[in-house]
Amino acid sequence: MATETASRGNQLAHWRHSKVWRKRIAVTVVYLVLIALSISFLAPFALMVSTSLKTEERIFTETIEWIPNPIRWQNYAEALQSFPFLLYLRNTLFVCALVVVGTVLSSALPAYGFARLRWKGRDVLFLIMLATIMLPAQVTMLPVFVMFRNLGWTGTYLPLVVPPFFGSAFAIFLLRQFFLTIPQELSDAARIDGCSEWRIFWQIIVPLSVPALATVALFAFIGAWTDFINPLVYLTDENTYTLAVGLQTFVGRHSSEWNLLMAAATVVTLPLMVVFFFTQKLFIEGITLTGIKG
Amino acid sequence: MRERQRNVQGWLFVSPWLIGFFLFTLYPILASLYYSFCDYRVLSPPKWVGLANYVALLTDRDYFLPSLWNTFFMLIELPLALIIGLTMALLLNHKIPGIGVFRTIYYLPSIMPVVAVAVLWLWVLNPQYGLLNAILTPLLAPFGLQPPGWLADPKWSKPAFIMMDLWAVGGSVVIYLASLQNVPAHLYEAAEIDGAGAWHKTVHVTLPMISPVIFYNLIMGVIWTFQYFTQTFIMTQGGPQNSTLFYALYLFYNAFRDFRMGHACAMAWILFILTLIATLVVFRTSARWVYYEGERG
Repeated sequence: MATETASRGNQLAHWRHSKVWRKRIAVTVVYLVLIALSISFLAPFALMVSTSLKTEERIFTETIEWIPNPIRWQNYAEALQSFPFLLYLRNTLFVCALVVVGTVLSSALPAYGFARLRWKGRDVLFLIMLATIMLPAQVTMLPVFVMFRNLGWTGTYLPLVVPPFFGSAFAIFLLRQFFLTIPQELSDAARIDGCSEWRIFWQIIVPLSVPALATVALFAFIGAWTDFINPLVYLTDENTYTLAVGLQTFVGRHSSEWNLLMAAATVVTLPLMVVFFFTQKLFIEGITLTGIKG
Repeated sequence: MRERQRNVQGWLFVSPWLIGFFLFTLYPILASLYYSFCDYRVLSPPKWVGLANYVALLTDRDYFLPSLWNTFFMLIELPLALIIGLTMALLLNHKIPGIGVFRTIYYLPSIMPVVAVAVLWLWVLNPQYGLLNAILTPLLAPFGLQPPGWLADPKWSKPAFIMMDLWAVGGSVVIYLASLQNVPAHLYEAAEIDGAGAWHKTVHVTLPMISPVIFYNLIMGVIWTFQYFTQTFIMTQGGPQNSTLFYALYLFYNAFRDFRMGHACAMAWILFILTLIATLVVFRTSARWVYYEGERG
């Protein structure tokens, strides 16, 4: 009887032991796969940076040299001189700033209306708004272009910065999801004290929603920074170009100077990477809240 | 009185969006329907031509039909992105040290500006000196094979684009990961008690629970494929031999290169209808396999 218990205990210990080992092996395998994937995801970035530092003669080699020898920092200076980088950066930041302000302001108000107020027609309008998230830009782009053209707005920033002041369906959706999580009692108490909805919005909801508003600002910023087709269609004067369009014209002119091209691509990408590193949490929260990437 | 006041307030709060909806969505959809029945070259007023634009497009074997076919081909990307994205999300869902670093690495490509991605991949895909063929050449050499010319070869140009897009799969990985973390733990515990292993838990618990997210991503993927533009505009301009002339690119060429607004608007409307159909088809077929929590029966 006693030996039987002991052997059963032994067996249990053995089983536990093997389970621990199985788990260790599983974790190792997971790490190996994760690392292998990371290498393949990072390789193009590494290539970009390494090529951007090469001399012209060392670009076209039989096997790829990951560490450039010699390192040529002037590529960056040359790339920045051969297209008006600072001017395009200023233009891009100008457009981004207005798009961010417009999107945040004009999306927060409708989001409040959809999330915190009860009124006739709300649910139908909300469904229509959700459907517009799916609508490809190409469907509406052309008459909008004709409209802006008739207004004489082509060649100016107005077609890029005015529409955000009418809200973005995605941003409204994201903010509405967030506003729904704020306890209704807060609003009720304020209403009993005679607070208007306008004041509840500004003094209670907005201060509580700073993270969500920041997420919306971030998505709007990245959207405006990377936008290509709108600046391409509306900006006619080269001096008004944004970085995305400027980079494209740069490609056209330096089509085989890969070191300069990679330097330019790095410079256009770097600011976004920096922003991303400092705001990762906001990103993830925004995605979690909506299930949609911006 | 209070009821009316409440209604007015609601409409006031959503009015910025509502005005924008009329100006930038509803009016353009209707206007493009009208233009699609017109010969319209922007500089002169539109002239009614009935169905001529649609007939011309649907019988155009040189550009329109190939652009449609090319775009359909790119849909192959969706199941691939789904499988890779989900696998990566499942890997990232392990609670082990350093997992955040991997998540960041996978996400990086998807926040890179598309223009920069295009420039970088022109170099990666370079047939002679590119990174990809530098890896492939020694692997293929023992079999006496040569790596493809990618963007220079009409047969390989579309797969090249698909590969480039899969590099940026990280955006959907984060979405899948978020939904994985919302799967209630008690479901896994129950499955474990029933003796389910990792595979069974994935197939019978995880996938059904996150199917709404998969479903939504598939719909968006179809619509996204029809908007595929910047990459081809920069990298191939539709070539070689129109093998990467995708729908949105041809639409753009019609509108802004050839100034055939009527044609372009007809394409926009065909796209609008295709979008509706794609959405409906996925909706219909999904009823069988999409599981929504809280929906009984």
